[in-house]
Amino acid sequence: MRHLLDTKELTYEQAINILDTADYMAEVGTREVKKLPALRGRTVVNLFFEDSTRTRLSFEAAEKRLSADVINFAAKGSSVSKGESLKDTAQTLAAINADAVVVRHSASGAPQRLAEAGWIDVPVLNAGDGTHAHPTQALLDAMSLRQFKSQITGKPTRGTDLKGMRVAIVGDVLHSRVARSNLWLLNTLGAEVIFVAPPTLLPVGIEDWPCEVYYNFDEALETHLDAVMLLRIQQERMHAAFFPSAEEYSRLWGLTPERFALLDQMDYETAVLHPGPMNRGLEISAVAADSDRSWVLRQVSNGVSVRMAVLYLLMTGGSAEDFYGN
Amino acid sequence: MTEQNTYLIKGASLLGERTADILIEDGKIAEIGDSLESKDAQVVEADGLIALPGLVDIHTHLRQPGQEDAETVETGSKAAALGGYTSVFAMANSNPVADTAGVVEQVLSLGESAGWVDVRPVGAVTVGLKGERLSEIGAMANSRAKVRVFSDDGMCVWDPALMRRALEYVKTFDGVVAQHAQEPRLTEKAQMHEGTVSAELGLAGWPAVAEEAIIARDVLLAEHVNSRVHICHLSTKGSVEIVRWAKERGINVTAEVTPHHLILTDEKVRSYDPVFKVNPPLRAQEDVEALREAVADGTIDVIGTDHAPHPTEAKEVEWANAANGMTGLEQALSIIQMTLVDTGKITWADVARIMSQKPAEIGRATDQGRPLEVGEPANIVLVDPEAKRTINPEAQATKGKNNPYRAMEVPGEVRATFLRGHATVLDGRLATPINQ
Repeated sequence: MRHLLDTKELTYEQAINILDTADYMAEVGTREVKKLPALRGRTVVNLFFEDSTRTRLSFEAAEKRLSADVINFAAKGSSVSKGESLKDTAQTLAAINADAVVVRHSASGAPQRLAEAGWIDVPVLNAGDGTHAHPTQALLDAMSLRQFKSQITGKPTRGTDLKGMRVAIVGDVLHSRVARSNLWLLNTLGAEVIFVAPPTLLPVGIEDWPCEVYYNFDEALETHLDAVMLLRIQQERMHAAFFPSAEEYSRLWGLTPERFALLDQMDYETAVLHPGPMNRGLEISAVAADSDRSWVLRQVSNGVSVRMAVLYLLMTGGSAEDFYGN
Repeated sequence: MTEQNTYLIKGASLLGERTADILIEDGKIAEIGDSLESKDAQVVEADGLIALPGLVDIHTHLRQPGQEDAETVETGSKAAALGGYTSVFAMANSNPVADTAGVVEQVLSLGESAGWVDVRPVGAVTVGLKGERLSEIGAMANSRAKVRVFSDDGMCVWDPALMRRALEYVKTFDGVVAQHAQEPRLTEKAQMHEGTVSAELGLAGWPAVAEEAIIARDVLLAEHVNSRVHICHLSTKGSVEIVRWAKERGINVTAEVTPHHLILTDEKVRSYDPVFKVNPPLRAQEDVEALREAVADGTIDVIGTDHAPHPTEAKEVEWANAANGMTGLEQALSIIQMTLVDTGKITWADVARIMSQKPAEIGRATDQGRPLEVGEPANIVLVDPEAKRTINPEAQATKGKNNPYRAMEVPGEVRATFLRGHATVLDGRLATPINQ
């Protein structure tokens, strides 16, 4: 694994290796001294062309816990409007001998260009690109789902996958890099993916994706869901005729208190996930967000562990075996 | 004419149909026959070469005036000559836009002083390509450039009332409106063909219906006002079906396809390499198949390159920020050979029709696209169909390095191009322009 650009290219073995490594990293995070020397003397650049407090904080925490030197490069807006091209930025980072680049960009495919255009020769980690991919988010979701499964079965997480789990992803699939990255990774790990959204927020071409599609959230809820993941509705969608009003969206596709109460009547457990930041009262009600079923804060914690794992694996060429031995 | 412009082409296969010698004198085809001799003529050995009438590109972007960093009339017309062209229509989206007699005459003059091909300016349909009011179509038609093709290419004449008026008005001058069919509201921020690949890549879709809806509207408008309409760069299966229907109905519509839409698909976009970013976008395989069939059955009339050079920096950016367009002049004939001739769908005589005769007819270029017959202007291209060559954008005459075929091996090589009896290309290399 040279770069982490998307989850689509991850093999089953690579995905399990990342998750097992992340489990170890999570354990490090609970120690009094939350630090490993693995990346001492190495420089990681966080190249953020798009605002993101949460993801940048998470990567920065992960990098520091691995003892890397961290440089934050925030280039708001498009690189073109700033007068410097992606190429120039990449070559600048190469010239200062960066050892890895974490890149967030509003343009789909920008991390892949950075990795493949020949401007810089270091591992590239995609921290979210346009509406394309957000692989570390999907990995932290998978880590959370693995923990949830472990809670139910009582078996340890290490080495396990998500076979048989049914995961519903609800909301703006069309514009969601989280939905796309989850689609591929969940399939690789053996889970079934159910997308729930109004047709306006589903991409043309979804019929070729390995997933089930429901327009009706209530019907989907009756199909034995192990997890429900709500996607954030962006403000700008509300004024572009994707749906008539925020109220109607919430009524039909929100995890309202009424729908949330349905989960209590089921004879199986259902986890609630959200990649954050949440629009409380729109796609998720406060009662759902703050409930015991909610994995939102555990997702944030797992984000640091997963990013530590990916940085470690990409930058050292190691594997989970480094921590567990044989 | 001096004896330098007397050529005897020995043993060429005329349209791939019969082998003969061609004697060129005084800019015209003086004689066609077996074992011709001429003591003054420079002999061009053409054994195994196909002779076609000089190619005519109904759709080229020469970028001058205003974007000389991308291309000039000089560099673009050199590329054209190397591609086997003797005439190109230069699209109007220059800076300033070719929407006045002054600009089209400037482009004409630049073409004449370059001397590699006949450059025929296209006039804008609307002022500044803004789609708001008609440009001075009459002034351009009556200028020294004698403009007959009017197009806002790059932009769609989306306003149906304005399109109707344009279709009616150009009849005064025997002109034609060449429509860039793209419904603007359906393609806001569009980045690539909308389908399976765009869904995965997370790039905003350019749906086929946005092209088809405009074509359907415009053929009906052309029928209603009894005008002719030309559809630029048709790219979808649905568009083919609409044009086929319109032709069966007797509507005076002609249609064009680019070489790249006959060979490349949206699968190329998976690299996010902006060299594959073009408008209309690369479509799906079924569209490619439908377009090839449409050329074969005559639904599509002509090949237009949509040669669209860009400076390197316009492509070395994120996909969404990259410019649309790819170069095409220097390998159009090879791509047509590869996709249509070598596959048995069309003959070399068909190539002469779709790349020379019909484009000249549509653009009213009366001295171009003529048959290879005695007395006709000696606009001739000699092609070696057995040659194989590997595309190297750095070695091409166009300034644009945005060539989607980099490192691809293609069949066919232009060995010589004659413009009114003057060799602009000889031995596969640029010779001299016609005015020298």
